[in-house]
Amino acid sequence: MSWMERLFGSKEKSSATAKKRLQMVLIHDRSDVSPGLLELIKDDIVEVIAKHLEVKKENVVVNLEQTTSESMLVAEVPLLTNGRVRPQ
Amino acid sequence: MAGKVITITSGKGGVGKTTVTANLASALAMQGKKVVALDADIGLRNLDVVMGLENRIVYDLVDVIEGRCRLRQAMIKDKRQPELYLIPAAQTRDKMAVSPSDMVLVCDQLREEMDYIIVDSPAGIERGFRNAIAPADQVLVVTNPEVSAVRDADRIIGMIEAEEKGPGKLIINRLKPAMVERGEMLSIDDVLDILAVDLIGVIPEDEAILIASNQGLPVAMRSLNGSSASQVFRNIALRVGGETVPFVDLTVKGGLLTKLSSWLGGR
Repeated sequence: MSWMERLFGSKEKSSATAKKRLQMVLIHDRSDVSPGLLELIKDDIVEVIAKHLEVKKENVVVNLEQTTSESMLVAEVPLLTNGRVRPQ
Repeated sequence: MAGKVITITSGKGGVGKTTVTANLASALAMQGKKVVALDADIGLRNLDVVMGLENRIVYDLVDVIEGRCRLRQAMIKDKRQPELYLIPAAQTRDKMAVSPSDMVLVCDQLREEMDYIIVDSPAGIERGFRNAIAPADQVLVVTNPEVSAVRDADRIIGMIEAEEKGPGKLIINRLKPAMVERGEMLSIDDVLDILAVDLIGVIPEDEAILIASNQGLPVAMRSLNGSSASQVFRNIALRVGGETVPFVDLTVKGGLLTKLSSWLGGR
Protein backbone atom coordinates (compact mmCIF):
# COMPACT_ATOMS: atom_id res chain seq x y z
CA MET A 1 0.00 0.00 0.00
CA SER A 2 1.47 3.36 -0.95
CA TRP A 3 1.66 6.30 1.46
CA MET A 4 -1.09 8.05 -0.48
CA GLU A 5 -3.45 5.14 0.06
CA ARG A 6 -2.44 4.97 3.69
CA LEU A 7 -3.06 8.67 4.13
CA PHE A 8 -6.42 8.88 2.45
CA GLY A 9 -7.58 5.41 3.35
CA SER A 10 -8.47 2.85 0.73
CA LYS A 11 -10.37 -0.33 0.57
CA GLU A 12 -8.74 -3.49 1.81
CA LYS A 13 -6.49 -5.33 -0.62
CA SER A 14 -7.77 -8.67 -1.85
CA SER A 15 -4.88 -10.59 -0.26
CA ALA A 16 -5.91 -9.32 3.18
CA THR A 17 -9.51 -10.30 2.47
CA ALA A 18 -8.34 -13.74 1.35
CA LYS A 19 -6.31 -14.24 4.50
CA LYS A 20 -9.18 -13.27 6.81
CA ARG A 21 -11.65 -15.48 4.94
CA LEU A 22 -9.23 -18.40 5.09
CA GLN A 23 -8.64 -17.96 8.80
CA MET A 24 -12.37 -17.99 9.46
CA VAL A 25 -13.14 -21.00 7.28
CA LEU A 26 -10.22 -22.99 8.69
CA ILE A 27 -11.34 -22.45 12.27
CA HIS A 28 -14.56 -24.23 11.34
CA ASP A 29 -12.85 -26.87 9.16
CA ARG A 30 -10.33 -27.78 11.85
CA SER A 31 -12.80 -28.06 14.68
CA ASP A 32 -15.53 -29.63 12.56
CA VAL A 33 -17.98 -27.09 13.99
CA SER A 34 -20.22 -25.50 11.37
CA PRO A 35 -21.60 -21.96 11.65
CA GLY A 36 -25.05 -23.61 11.90
CA LEU A 37 -23.98 -25.62 14.97
CA LEU A 38 -22.71 -22.42 16.60
CA GLU A 39 -26.17 -20.90 16.12
CA LEU A 40 -27.77 -23.90 17.87
CA ILE A 41 -25.28 -23.65 20.73
CA LYS A 42 -25.99 -19.93 20.99
CA ASP A 43 -29.73 -20.52 21.28
CA ASP A 44 -29.17 -23.14 24.00
CA ILE A 45 -26.82 -20.89 25.97
CA VAL A 46 -29.33 -18.05 25.81
CA GLU A 47 -32.10 -20.36 26.98
CA VAL A 48 -30.12 -21.63 29.99
CA ILE A 49 -28.91 -18.23 31.12
CA ALA A 50 -32.30 -16.62 30.56
CA LYS A 51 -33.71 -18.88 33.26
CA HIS A 52 -31.66 -16.93 35.78
CA LEU A 53 -30.75 -13.59 34.25
CA GLU A 54 -32.19 -11.20 31.70
CA VAL A 55 -30.14 -11.47 28.54
CA LYS A 56 -29.88 -9.08 25.59
CA LYS A 57 -30.64 -11.93 23.20
CA GLU A 58 -29.95 -10.03 20.01
CA ASN A 59 -26.43 -9.12 21.17
CA VAL A 60 -25.26 -12.59 22.16
CA VAL A 61 -22.20 -13.70 20.19
CA VAL A 62 -20.79 -17.23 20.11
CA ASN A 63 -17.55 -17.73 18.23
CA LEU A 64 -14.75 -20.22 17.77
CA GLU A 65 -11.29 -18.82 18.28
CA GLN A 66 -8.06 -20.54 17.46
CA THR A 67 -4.66 -20.31 19.05
CA THR A 68 -1.74 -22.41 17.90
CA SER A 69 -2.44 -24.98 20.58
CA GLU A 70 -6.22 -25.10 20.97
CA SER A 71 -9.65 -24.10 19.72
CA MET A 72 -11.82 -22.17 22.13
CA LEU A 73 -15.53 -21.55 22.17
CA VAL A 74 -16.07 -17.95 23.25
CA ALA A 75 -19.51 -16.70 24.20
CA GLU A 76 -20.37 -13.10 24.97
CA VAL A 77 -23.69 -12.78 26.74
CA PRO A 78 -24.61 -9.18 27.53
CA LEU A 79 -27.15 -8.76 30.30
CA LEU A 80 -30.11 -6.45 30.26
CA THR A 81 -29.59 -5.34 33.85
CA ASN A 82 -26.43 -5.26 35.91
CA GLY A 83 -26.80 -8.93 36.61
CA ARG A 84 -29.77 -8.67 38.95
CA VAL A 85 -31.69 -11.91 39.31
CA ARG A 86 -34.96 -11.84 37.44
CA PRO A 87 -37.89 -11.37 39.79
CA GLN A 88 -39.78 -14.63 40.24
CA MET B 1 21.08 -48.75 1.60
CA ALA B 2 17.40 -47.95 2.19
CA GLY B 3 15.85 -45.42 -0.15
CA LYS B 4 13.52 -42.71 1.02
CA VAL B 5 9.90 -42.47 -0.14
CA ILE B 6 8.66 -38.91 -0.69
CA THR B 7 5.01 -38.40 -1.60
CA ILE B 8 3.84 -35.25 -3.39
CA THR B 9 0.21 -34.43 -2.62
CA SER B 10 -2.17 -31.46 -2.37
CA GLY B 11 -5.84 -32.21 -1.85
CA LYS B 12 -6.93 -29.82 -4.57
CA GLY B 13 -6.33 -30.79 -8.18
CA GLY B 14 -4.39 -28.73 -10.68
CA VAL B 15 -1.97 -27.06 -8.28
CA GLY B 16 1.12 -28.67 -9.82
CA LYS B 17 1.76 -32.02 -8.09
CA THR B 18 2.84 -33.77 -11.26
CA THR B 19 5.11 -30.93 -12.33
CA VAL B 20 6.74 -30.90 -8.90
CA THR B 21 7.14 -34.70 -8.95
CA ALA B 22 8.78 -34.71 -12.38
CA ASN B 23 11.11 -31.85 -11.54
CA LEU B 24 12.06 -32.99 -8.05
CA ALA B 25 12.84 -36.48 -9.39
CA SER B 26 14.90 -34.97 -12.23
CA ALA B 27 16.78 -32.59 -9.95
CA LEU B 28 17.66 -35.37 -7.49
CA ALA B 29 18.84 -37.56 -10.39
CA MET B 30 21.02 -34.68 -11.61
CA GLN B 31 22.73 -34.72 -8.21
CA GLY B 32 23.74 -38.28 -8.97
CA LYS B 33 21.04 -39.96 -6.90
CA LYS B 34 19.19 -43.08 -8.02
CA VAL B 35 15.60 -41.97 -8.38
CA VAL B 36 12.30 -43.49 -9.44
CA ALA B 37 9.19 -41.38 -10.01
CA LEU B 38 6.03 -43.38 -9.33
CA ASP B 39 2.68 -42.25 -10.72
CA ALA B 40 0.00 -43.25 -8.18
CA ASP B 41 -2.80 -41.50 -10.05
CA ILE B 42 -4.38 -44.68 -11.39
CA GLY B 43 -6.73 -43.99 -14.30
CA LEU B 44 -5.47 -40.45 -14.87
CA ARG B 45 -1.86 -41.05 -15.78
CA ASN B 46 0.10 -37.88 -16.51
CA LEU B 47 3.57 -38.09 -15.09
CA ASP B 48 4.66 -39.93 -18.25
CA VAL B 49 3.79 -37.00 -20.54
CA VAL B 50 5.29 -34.39 -18.23
CA MET B 51 8.54 -36.37 -18.22
CA GLY B 52 8.32 -37.05 -21.96
CA LEU B 53 8.35 -40.83 -21.58
CA GLU B 54 4.82 -41.60 -22.79
CA ASN B 55 5.96 -43.48 -25.89
CA ARG B 56 8.01 -46.01 -23.99
CA ILE B 57 5.40 -47.48 -21.67
CA VAL B 58 4.97 -51.24 -21.80
CA TYR B 59 4.00 -52.17 -18.24
CA ASP B 60 2.54 -50.11 -15.43
CA LEU B 61 2.10 -50.12 -11.66
CA VAL B 62 -1.02 -52.30 -11.75
CA ASP B 63 0.79 -54.86 -13.93
CA VAL B 64 3.44 -55.11 -11.20
CA ILE B 65 0.88 -55.44 -8.42
CA GLU B 66 -1.13 -58.06 -10.29
CA GLY B 67 1.98 -60.04 -11.16
CA ARG B 68 1.98 -59.60 -14.94
CA CYS B 69 5.55 -58.33 -14.93
CA ARG B 70 8.52 -57.92 -12.65
CA LEU B 71 9.06 -54.56 -10.98
CA ARG B 72 12.16 -53.88 -13.07
CA GLN B 73 10.18 -54.33 -16.32
CA ALA B 74 7.79 -51.53 -15.36
CA MET B 75 10.65 -49.11 -14.66
CA ILE B 76 11.17 -46.90 -17.72
CA LYS B 77 14.68 -45.51 -17.84
CA ASP B 78 14.97 -41.81 -18.57
CA LYS B 79 17.98 -41.75 -20.86
CA ARG B 80 18.76 -38.10 -20.14
CA GLN B 81 19.97 -38.96 -16.64
CA PRO B 82 22.17 -41.82 -15.47
CA GLU B 83 19.75 -43.14 -12.86
CA LEU B 84 16.22 -41.80 -13.32
CA TYR B 85 13.22 -44.08 -13.81
CA LEU B 86 9.46 -43.79 -14.14
CA ILE B 87 6.83 -46.31 -13.07
CA PRO B 88 3.67 -45.20 -14.87
CA ALA B 89 0.14 -45.50 -13.55
CA ALA B 90 -2.38 -47.75 -15.30
CA GLN B 91 -4.63 -45.71 -17.55
CA THR B 92 -7.58 -48.06 -17.92
CA ARG B 93 -8.09 -49.02 -14.28
CA ASP B 94 -9.25 -47.17 -11.19
CA LYS B 95 -7.87 -46.47 -7.74
CA MET B 96 -9.35 -49.64 -6.30
CA ALA B 97 -6.89 -51.74 -8.32
CA VAL B 98 -4.22 -50.70 -5.79
CA SER B 99 -4.29 -50.91 -1.99
CA PRO B 100 -2.14 -49.07 0.56
CA SER B 101 -0.37 -52.33 1.42
CA ASP B 102 0.40 -52.92 -2.30
CA MET B 103 2.09 -49.53 -2.35
CA VAL B 104 4.11 -50.33 0.77
CA LEU B 105 5.24 -53.63 -0.79
CA VAL B 106 6.27 -52.06 -4.10
CA CYS B 107 8.08 -49.17 -2.41
CA ASP B 108 9.88 -51.48 0.01
CA GLN B 109 11.25 -53.35 -2.99
CA LEU B 110 12.27 -50.08 -4.66
CA ARG B 111 14.02 -48.87 -1.51
CA GLU B 112 16.56 -51.65 -1.89
CA GLU B 113 17.84 -50.25 -5.18
CA MET B 114 16.97 -46.56 -5.19
CA ASP B 115 17.97 -43.51 -3.14
CA TYR B 116 14.62 -41.82 -3.66
CA ILE B 117 11.12 -42.93 -4.62
CA ILE B 118 9.02 -39.87 -5.51
CA VAL B 119 5.29 -40.69 -5.48
CA ASP B 120 2.84 -38.50 -7.41
CA SER B 121 -0.45 -38.59 -5.52
CA PRO B 122 -3.85 -38.10 -7.13
CA ALA B 123 -5.99 -35.16 -6.02
CA GLY B 124 -8.61 -35.80 -3.36
CA ILE B 125 -8.66 -37.43 0.05
CA GLU B 126 -9.94 -40.85 -0.98
CA ARG B 127 -8.32 -44.19 -1.70
CA GLY B 128 -5.78 -42.82 -4.18
CA PHE B 129 -4.44 -40.36 -1.62
CA ARG B 130 -4.25 -43.07 1.03
CA ASN B 131 -2.39 -45.32 -1.40
CA ALA B 132 0.10 -42.55 -2.12
CA ILE B 133 0.92 -41.68 1.48
CA ALA B 134 0.96 -45.26 2.83
CA PRO B 135 4.64 -45.87 1.95
CA ALA B 136 5.82 -42.27 2.59
CA ASP B 137 8.74 -41.32 4.81
CA GLN B 138 8.12 -37.67 4.01
CA VAL B 139 5.08 -35.93 2.52
CA LEU B 140 5.35 -32.69 0.56
CA VAL B 141 2.14 -30.68 0.17
CA VAL B 142 1.83 -28.51 -2.93
CA THR B 143 -0.43 -25.47 -2.80
CA ASN B 144 -1.08 -22.25 -4.71
CA PRO B 145 -1.43 -18.89 -2.99
CA GLU B 146 -5.21 -18.84 -3.28
CA VAL B 147 -8.05 -19.48 -0.88
CA SER B 148 -9.33 -22.81 -2.20
CA ALA B 149 -5.90 -24.43 -2.56
CA VAL B 150 -4.73 -23.30 0.89
CA ARG B 151 -7.93 -24.54 2.50
CA ASP B 152 -7.47 -27.98 0.93
CA ALA B 153 -3.80 -28.00 1.90
CA ASP B 154 -4.83 -27.42 5.52
CA ARG B 155 -7.14 -30.42 5.39
CA ILE B 156 -4.48 -32.61 3.82
CA ILE B 157 -1.88 -31.53 6.39
CA GLY B 158 -4.31 -32.61 9.11
CA MET B 159 -4.87 -35.98 7.45
CA ILE B 160 -1.13 -36.56 7.01
CA GLU B 161 -0.71 -36.01 10.74
CA ALA B 162 -3.65 -38.28 11.54
CA GLU B 163 -1.94 -41.02 9.48
CA GLU B 164 1.26 -40.38 11.45
CA LYS B 165 3.11 -39.35 8.29
CA GLY B 166 3.58 -35.79 9.48
CA PRO B 167 4.58 -33.13 9.72
CA GLY B 168 4.21 -32.46 6.01
CA LYS B 169 6.33 -29.82 4.33
CA LEU B 170 4.95 -27.14 2.07
CA ILE B 171 5.67 -26.16 -1.52
CA ILE B 172 4.01 -22.93 -2.69
CA ASN B 173 3.59 -23.08 -6.46
CA ARG B 174 2.59 -20.39 -8.97
CA LEU B 175 3.49 -17.43 -6.82
CA LYS B 176 3.31 -14.11 -8.67
CA PRO B 177 5.66 -11.75 -6.83
CA ALA B 178 4.28 -8.65 -8.58
CA MET B 179 0.74 -9.46 -7.42
CA VAL B 180 1.97 -10.14 -3.89
CA GLU B 181 3.65 -6.77 -3.88
CA ARG B 182 0.42 -5.08 -4.97
CA GLY B 183 -1.39 -6.82 -2.12
CA GLU B 184 -3.53 -8.82 -4.54
CA MET B 185 -2.11 -12.27 -3.78
CA LEU B 186 -1.48 -14.14 -0.52
CA SER B 187 2.19 -13.81 0.38
CA ILE B 188 4.46 -16.63 1.51
CA ASP B 189 4.16 -15.30 5.06
CA ASP B 190 0.35 -15.22 4.84
CA VAL B 191 0.25 -18.87 3.75
CA LEU B 192 2.75 -19.96 6.41
CA ASP B 193 0.84 -18.05 9.13
CA ILE B 194 -2.31 -19.89 8.18
CA LEU B 195 -0.92 -23.38 7.71
CA ALA B 196 1.83 -23.35 10.37
CA VAL B 197 4.09 -25.84 8.57
CA ASP B 198 7.68 -25.87 7.35
CA LEU B 199 8.32 -24.44 3.91
CA ILE B 200 10.51 -26.48 1.56
CA GLY B 201 10.01 -24.64 -1.73
CA VAL B 202 8.55 -21.60 -3.47
CA ILE B 203 8.01 -21.82 -7.21
CA PRO B 204 7.21 -18.58 -9.01
CA GLU B 205 4.78 -18.60 -11.91
CA ASP B 206 7.06 -19.05 -14.89
CA GLU B 207 6.31 -19.68 -18.56
CA ALA B 208 9.43 -21.82 -18.76
CA ILE B 209 7.69 -24.50 -16.67
CA LEU B 210 4.75 -24.82 -19.07
CA ILE B 211 7.04 -24.71 -22.10
CA ALA B 212 9.11 -27.51 -20.59
CA SER B 213 5.96 -29.57 -19.96
CA ASN B 214 4.89 -28.99 -23.58
CA GLN B 215 8.19 -30.47 -24.66
CA GLY B 216 8.26 -33.33 -22.20
CA LEU B 217 11.51 -32.07 -20.72
CA PRO B 218 11.27 -31.22 -17.01
CA VAL B 219 12.53 -27.66 -16.53
CA ALA B 220 14.94 -28.83 -13.82
CA MET B 221 16.95 -30.55 -16.57
CA ARG B 222 17.42 -27.33 -18.49
CA SER B 223 20.67 -25.48 -18.23
CA LEU B 224 20.64 -22.78 -15.62
CA ASN B 225 21.17 -20.01 -18.15
CA GLY B 226 18.23 -17.73 -17.71
CA SER B 227 16.08 -20.32 -15.97
CA SER B 228 15.33 -19.44 -12.38
CA ALA B 229 12.66 -22.16 -12.41
CA SER B 230 15.38 -24.73 -12.94
CA GLN B 231 17.30 -23.39 -9.94
CA VAL B 232 14.19 -23.40 -7.77
CA PHE B 233 13.67 -27.14 -8.29
CA ARG B 234 17.33 -27.92 -7.76
CA ASN B 235 17.15 -26.05 -4.47
CA ILE B 236 14.12 -28.07 -3.38
CA ALA B 237 16.06 -31.23 -4.20
CA LEU B 238 18.96 -30.07 -2.03
CA ARG B 239 16.60 -29.31 0.86
CA VAL B 240 15.01 -32.75 0.48
CA GLY B 241 18.52 -34.13 0.90
CA GLY B 242 18.81 -32.26 4.20
CA GLU B 243 20.85 -29.27 3.06
CA THR B 244 20.10 -25.74 4.16
CA VAL B 245 19.63 -23.65 1.03
CA PRO B 246 18.50 -20.02 1.20
CA PHE B 247 15.26 -19.20 -0.62
CA VAL B 248 15.72 -17.23 -3.84
CA ASP B 249 14.66 -13.63 -3.43
CA LEU B 250 11.49 -13.29 -5.51
CA THR B 251 10.57 -9.73 -4.62
CA VAL B 252 10.09 -7.62 -7.69
CA LYS B 253 12.37 -4.80 -6.70
CA GLY B 254 15.04 -7.14 -5.47
CA GLY B 255 14.75 -7.06 -1.72
CA LEU B 256 13.04 -3.76 -0.98
CA LEU B 257 10.38 -5.71 0.80
CA THR B 258 10.67 -8.92 2.73
CA LYS B 259 13.61 -11.07 1.83
CA LEU B 260 12.68 -14.64 1.16
CA SER B 261 15.85 -15.70 2.86
CA SER B 262 14.14 -14.91 6.15
CA TRP B 263 12.23 -18.16 5.77
CA LEU B 264 15.44 -20.09 5.90
CA GLY B 265 15.32 -22.49 8.81
CA GLY B 266 13.06 -20.99 11.44
CA ARG B 267 9.59 -22.43 11.26
